[in-house]
Amino acid sequence: MDLYQEIILEHSKRPLHAGLREPFNAQVHHVNPTCGDEVTLRVQLDGQGRSAVVADVSYEATGCSISTAATSVLADEVIGHSVKEALSSFAAMRKMLTSKGTDPGDEDEIGDGVAFAGVSKYPARVKCALLSWMAFTDALTQAGVDTSAIQASHSALPGSKTITEAANTGTTTASNAITSTTMEDS
Amino acid sequence: MSSMSDVAVGAAFTAAESAAIRGDFPILSRTVRGDKPLVYLDSGATSHKPRRVLDAERGFYEQHNAAVHRGAHQLAEEATDAFEGARETLAAFIGAQAREVVFTKNATEALNLVAYSFSNAAAAGAMDGVDPALAARFGLGVGDEIVITEMEHHSNLVPWQELARRTGATLRWIGVTDDGRLDLSDLDTVITDRTKVVAFTHVSNVLGTINPVAAIVQRARAVGALTVLDACQSAPHMAIDVVELGVDFIAFSGHKMFGPLGIGVLWGRYDLLKAMPPFLTGGSMIEVVRMEATTYADPPQRFEAGVPMAAQAVGLGAACDYLTDLGMARVSAHEHLLTEALLAGLAERPWVRVIGPVDGKDRSGAVAFVVEGIHPHDVGQILDDAGVAVRVGHHCAWPLHRRMKVTATTRASFAAYNTLAEVDALLTALDRVPVVFGTVV
Repeated sequence: MDLYQEIILEHSKRPLHAGLREPFNAQVHHVNPTCGDEVTLRVQLDGQGRSAVVADVSYEATGCSISTAATSVLADEVIGHSVKEALSSFAAMRKMLTSKGTDPGDEDEIGDGVAFAGVSKYPARVKCALLSWMAFTDALTQAGVDTSAIQASHSALPGSKTITEAANTGTTTASNAITSTTMEDS
Repeated sequence: MSSMSDVAVGAAFTAAESAAIRGDFPILSRTVRGDKPLVYLDSGATSHKPRRVLDAERGFYEQHNAAVHRGAHQLAEEATDAFEGARETLAAFIGAQAREVVFTKNATEALNLVAYSFSNAAAAGAMDGVDPALAARFGLGVGDEIVITEMEHHSNLVPWQELARRTGATLRWIGVTDDGRLDLSDLDTVITDRTKVVAFTHVSNVLGTINPVAAIVQRARAVGALTVLDACQSAPHMAIDVVELGVDFIAFSGHKMFGPLGIGVLWGRYDLLKAMPPFLTGGSMIEVVRMEATTYADPPQRFEAGVPMAAQAVGLGAACDYLTDLGMARVSAHEHLLTEALLAGLAERPWVRVIGPVDGKDRSGAVAFVVEGIHPHDVGQILDDAGVAVRVGHHCAWPLHRRMKVTATTRASFAAYNTLAEVDALLTALDRVPVVFGTVV
């Protein structure tokens, strides 16, 4: 089976950038209702809009090895990169994951993410690998980034609905957004 | 297959019988994930269908297809006979009268039908002509209580939550013990004079626990509450007798008991069904329709709006005949043997924890477990790679998983066609899990 690449097992055992940190511009909570997996994810940006740099992604997650590793790879791929690059990585990751095994992924674009190419052959696991990416783009939106282009193409994936849970935890700036989202069972 | 009545009642199937049973199910001979024989241990989600059921459905379409209860042509007569014949078969299978058997699209709809009867009964004129004492049993409002259990499948949980929300009644529940049994220690304080309905599962789809129906029914009756039993996980695996069970309503699905998808059954006491307002309305369920108002047909037609799923009913009737020929006592004994073997095998693996009763007493063949440190999705994936099909997740019983302090579980569930060799195949595949994830060296 080419699903459990060594690199995935490694990321799942020792996830990078794990834990919730401050400061953050936005926090979201996403759930996969088929298995009860959850991720709480925070994003901190330097700058405005798509040229802003992702200063930090921090998270707390319960999930399978695929979803844990995917969150670890996501954080490692996007921290220190511009929002534009991060969204481009997401697009490449999603393209690979929904390719049913035909797209091996571009290492320049998604780094360790290419290890998830095998996931695309297991449709039931694709949402495991995408849960944190969906949470991340949602967090960017909450932080004021226009992600409508990439969100609009979400329709090919398990739909998601966003419910704003609370406006502010009071821990950082007044623009903090806390939202909770459920990945619909497809 | 041939009748097995010459073999002792209550014995597991012999190797030859098992092989014959498996031969009745075409899908069991296919391979998965390359060339691996299918080891199907997910019958709790849905069972496979024997050729007799497939043939019955096909035979209906090829020879008798028509809209039942409509038209005077020959096909319409034959289709109606086939549909009503299936109802009689179902009734006999559960020890009931045919007029008490309502076909629904699935068990979820059957449970919703009962739940909606309570709130629909509150509509003006809905209970006109019904004996006031009987009508009062369906009256639900602020101060009244609905009792369920913490081990319910969402289909016997959400409809009651919603009913409580619609009526202002309070939802209460019987808790679950650490070893996966209903906690009946405070039964008398949970089911009280305020309780109007008690809905509970016969067998937990996760824990495999067989619940003490008599004790709950006795208490519910003492306070005048109606009882609703979810028999989805019992009807395919043990003999069901509505008189013996003593409940007021029973719901179960066809597809979990070798029948087709798209059909379920609600059984209800006739006097109760007769008092109940309809759930879904439209064609078939009417007596007289005028532009101003409509009167309704007697049960069961009152609850079967629209052209019914006759082919599926015929298929489900064939499934009942098939199970009857196997002998429900033998089906139970066979699955019990498999369950005990699996529980013993899991007990030998200290890195596995069974969620639910760890012995075979009052327990059916749904066995949920966790592999320490490894997510059930990953467990299921490794098993799938070996051709072993199990279910992973919360199995539509999220509150129960929360109660048992787990996010999700891996569940193996048996049907009459499973074998001890398949239990071994599961255990062998399971041994790969800690190796792949490096949790046991």
